[in-house]
Amino acid sequence: MKNYFARIFGSSPVAPLQRHMEEVVECVDVLPELFRASTAGELQRMRDAHRQIVSREHRADRIKKEIRSQLPPDLFMPWDRRDFLELLRAQDRIANKSKDIAGLMIGRQMQWPEALVEPTLRMLDQGMEATRQAMLAVRELEDLVETGFRGAELELVESLLNKLDDIEAETDRSQIELRSELFQIERELYAVDVMFLYQIIEAIGSLADRAQQTGARFQILLAR
Amino acid sequence: MEYATIYIILAASLGLFMAWGIGANDVANAMATSVGSRALTIRQAVVVAAIFEFAGAVLAGGAVASTVRGGIIKTSELAGAEQTLIFGMLAALAAAGVWLLIASWRGWPVSTTHSIIGALVGFGIAGLGWGAIYWPTVGQVAASWVTSPLIAGLVSFLLFRSVQLLVLDRATPLEAAKRWVPYYIFLTGFFVSLITLLRGLQYIGLELSFWEGCALSIVFGLAMTLLGKVMINRLKLDTRSHRRYQYHNVERVFAVLMIVTACAMAFAHGSNDVANAIGPVAAVVATATSGDIQAEAPVPLWLLVMGAFGIVVGLLMLGKHVIATVGRNITQLTPSRGFACNLATAGTVVTASGAGMPISTTHTLVGAVLGVGLARGLAAIDLRVVGTVFMSWLVTLPAGAILAILFFYLFSWTLG
Repeated sequence: MKNYFARIFGSSPVAPLQRHMEEVVECVDVLPELFRASTAGELQRMRDAHRQIVSREHRADRIKKEIRSQLPPDLFMPWDRRDFLELLRAQDRIANKSKDIAGLMIGRQMQWPEALVEPTLRMLDQGMEATRQAMLAVRELEDLVETGFRGAELELVESLLNKLDDIEAETDRSQIELRSELFQIERELYAVDVMFLYQIIEAIGSLADRAQQTGARFQILLAR
Repeated sequence: MEYATIYIILAASLGLFMAWGIGANDVANAMATSVGSRALTIRQAVVVAAIFEFAGAVLAGGAVASTVRGGIIKTSELAGAEQTLIFGMLAALAAAGVWLLIASWRGWPVSTTHSIIGALVGFGIAGLGWGAIYWPTVGQVAASWVTSPLIAGLVSFLLFRSVQLLVLDRATPLEAAKRWVPYYIFLTGFFVSLITLLRGLQYIGLELSFWEGCALSIVFGLAMTLLGKVMINRLKLDTRSHRRYQYHNVERVFAVLMIVTACAMAFAHGSNDVANAIGPVAAVVATATSGDIQAEAPVPLWLLVMGAFGIVVGLLMLGKHVIATVGRNITQLTPSRGFACNLATAGTVVTASGAGMPISTTHTLVGAVLGVGLARGLAAIDLRVVGTVFMSWLVTLPAGAILAILFFYLFSWTLG
């Protein structure tokens, strides 16, 4: 029996995109555990956290590849396909950064200095919040299709993205603070370690940056 | 004409077979949007389709049936060759029926309309020569297959845009939906009944003046609006104030409109597609009973009833399964968009029926879906499948023609 009519409705990439973002958020969520384990000097706990991050990043990667193969050039969507793929890439880069942080920490078997724990966890919180905020926006994609990308729904998404910008700005301030705290104690530490500490602080900061870039990509998608 | 009874029985059974095929296959595409958007259950869809397909076929199916019967082939030039005409019409029916069967079995998107027109043209060329075909009418019909999806696409685009503007963009979309959906219901009822009253009913012996038609349509539209309002008021809406439930509730209001447009859609489909089965039968019956060719007499009512009956039986036997499979696979068509597709398609098809123009309901519906997609209303449309649907009529026309030629020679040798 013919059912080509149903096939006209190509499989929507909206739900997979949202699933990918959820995986990314989960990836970032493990980072505080990694830092706590590192501070306590428990290598096994660090390895567990690292493994969790890596496996979640892999899952996100798999979804990403599925979405890409699901988007043939003759699929007609209410947004530009290039913008959509850029958004997906932006999301993925957040997960990649988490994996980089975890990899670096485990590779050098880092013990995070006690004095830095509080401000670091605060900054990580902000990074997680920024990522979650980007997810909130991405979650609105269904309703945006519903309304045809206009009106009250569009305003709501814009307010979500504005808040994301605010979070990112706060993270920048936290990063400056964290660096100055490290500067206070860096003389007491092994110089090569300090180098990597700075690098990881930089990386934590770029989590929020990348979440913000995801938001920006999302905005471009809407503005076609 | 000693075989008159045999010819009539043969034509009637082939016509019934064809109508059965239309009911089994085509109706599913017309109803799929309603089932897919969860506005109707499969059982409800079957009931709605049965009632309104029947009504459409009987009340408004006459004009297209006349075109299929006498507008494609110059029957007036066939005096003295009555048997040729009868064999030709039988061949066209058999060809279209067989082609539909093959296509359904293989899952190809073919149109019953394209099959029968192709078959008629094929027989005309083979049996009577190029000169025996009203090429301008064939050209118009072929052009309408391109223009009808375009028109339906434009209309559905505008309809969905108006929904965005009036309802979805608003700060309180639910209130806006309750306010505006009755107007859309009125529009549907008014337009469909106006075309039917003005153009269709003459075939069942009712002639109305333009103003009488308008007045009656307004009454009919208002009655439907009232009914719709009652249904909307009886809806149990989710009163949780969370935003997520806003659009959920809005869609429940639009579901009422979707049901109304689904009725219009089934009506339109019946009015246009019954002709594919009944037009050739009418030609055979008229020629066989009178012994000569009468191009002018209207299609008798009992034939329309028979065609409608065939469609409903096909729908009940196989159609509900097809509706189930097709409907289940359509997930991105909420009532606020589905109604736009339905109304645009029903309007286009019913207008074409009034003008006696055989068009493809499925292709028109595909055009309407694209229209909503262009208004950024659908998450993804597979253009490959759309391409296949539109390409299919290029294949179906010659396929119907070739099969009709084969059947024509077969009938000529065995019966002639």
